[in-house]
Amino acid sequence: MNFFQIISEIEKVDPEVYDRLDSRRSIFKNMAGLGQKLTAAAIPLAVGAIFNKAYAQTPVGAGVNDVLNFALKLEYLESYFYNARTAVTGLSAANTSALNLIATDEANHVSFLRAVLQGNAIAPPAVTGVFDFTAGGRFNPADATTYLALAQSLEDTGVRAYKGAAPLVMTNKTVLTAALNIHSVEARHASQLRAMRRAGINSSAPSQGVAVAPYSGLTGAPKSWISGTDGGGPIPAANAVRGFSTAGIYGAGNNTNAPATITFAAEDNVIQGGVTLSATTLTATAGFPAAAYSEAFDEGLDVGTVAAIANNFSVSGTYFN
Amino acid sequence: MSHKILSGSQAPEPTLDQPLYTPIKRRSFFMYAGATAGATALVLAGCSKDDNNMPGMVNVGSSDVGVLNYAYALEQLEADFYTKVRMGSYYTALAPNSAEKQIFDDLYYHEVIHRDFLRAAITGANATPIKALDTVYPAGTFNSRTTVLATAKAFEDLGVAAYNGAGQYISTPLYLYIAGKIVSVEARHAAIIRDLVTEGSFVGNDVITLTTPNKAAGDTNYAPANSSLERSMTPSEVVAIANTFLAEGSKLDVSGLR
Repeated sequence: MNFFQIISEIEKVDPEVYDRLDSRRSIFKNMAGLGQKLTAAAIPLAVGAIFNKAYAQTPVGAGVNDVLNFALKLEYLESYFYNARTAVTGLSAANTSALNLIATDEANHVSFLRAVLQGNAIAPPAVTGVFDFTAGGRFNPADATTYLALAQSLEDTGVRAYKGAAPLVMTNKTVLTAALNIHSVEARHASQLRAMRRAGINSSAPSQGVAVAPYSGLTGAPKSWISGTDGGGPIPAANAVRGFSTAGIYGAGNNTNAPATITFAAEDNVIQGGVTLSATTLTATAGFPAAAYSEAFDEGLDVGTVAAIANNFSVSGTYFN
Repeated sequence: MSHKILSGSQAPEPTLDQPLYTPIKRRSFFMYAGATAGATALVLAGCSKDDNNMPGMVNVGSSDVGVLNYAYALEQLEADFYTKVRMGSYYTALAPNSAEKQIFDDLYYHEVIHRDFLRAAITGANATPIKALDTVYPAGTFNSRTTVLATAKAFEDLGVAAYNGAGQYISTPLYLYIAGKIVSVEARHAAIIRDLVTEGSFVGNDVITLTTPNKAAGDTNYAPANSSLERSMTPSEVVAIANTFLAEGSKLDVSGLR
């Protein structure tokens, strides 16, 4: 039972309940909708205060702050990466506007996490000298094909990172829900970038590309979801550039410090919660392609593995440590 | 809520809807009847969240198993939908190697796997899965690209919002992690289906907090405009939509999830 629910139920029967309870009805209404009528200028301050209150309801422990700051670092990386999209040539208008949308989302995620962390937020990195999207001179991110391949790699990494971190923040329901609400947006981005790669850099209809197995390689045509390990992704181990490959983005994590009962498996995992997925265990799936069982589930990664992947784009090589 | 409760042992309050012998203003009626009516309203309001056995509804239960059954219910709906898509004239007219056929085949595989995995997981947790649900769709849903895509979009966006909103009710880390493994695949589905409807609509203010907040500032899980967070939904918000696709006797009661 909840006080506001009771009041709201009574209001359906008795529209004047607020008057009955208090002649200054606006006070009761506004208790549930604090700030609704604030002027635009006052909102940033009020939002900060509201976050402070909402996110402090359960104490934000040092562990939760660390997780949020790690997420913030990844969002800085993504946001700066998309800011660099203006140097890319050869993209269709549809692909350019999709990148614009994604860039907005990532900048918004940065602002949101900074508002949640308040004074504990890691400062924004310098625009130059911190991130290196050439990964040490390996790639030319101004090339559209390369750029989309790197973008997909970053988004798929982000999805795995948020998923792996969710159990670490589950004691704080507000933070957990916010993390989940970012996680799914990263997955939407990953899906979009995969569609764009499938249809090609010049395509005006990214949704109409046809996926081609094994979905790997710089010019590969992946599905919108990860199939097996996607053949190692845009830069499979066999095509590693001076030791750099995207295979690790689709591989297994490090389980040394994994939360109890959780295993950071590779993306081709077909054992979920102790159930081995197959036509034998799930009889209605007789005749399904083998790849479908791992496609139906994404996998998470531990912080250490994500940091090692992301450090490829760090000038110091240690920004994400 | 109240009509079902009232149809039990309590007599309905005819005075709420019917004129009294001497017409009086609504407000003054409540002044006279205030004590009784107010007390009844309080009892009903209290019941609405505690009642676990709404007649004719499928109660998903509570705690972790309740969330699993809630997810199982939604996956049943999705799996049923894509099964029927593949029998409808929109799908059967698709070219064998077309993007849309590939996509709808995969969505069908994934959702049936989700459904049957969840049933196995619930059984594996020594709990009882809810029954197989009966679905209803508007006539002609499966015959046109427009209605198939619109319904698929509604279901995929709803699934993402539902998993995200239910995460907070899970107490076992492994179940939360598995829910996370499923929801990101649903989000991948949602993005491509939305693009099939309108290119470039993989995100939009209807599903993420782009230009408007998700709710009033100060409410639980508030996200402001310009934060790009998924607009997750509570179980009761989700079933208000899902129940429109479920037949009488299969509609969901999620009052145990809180």
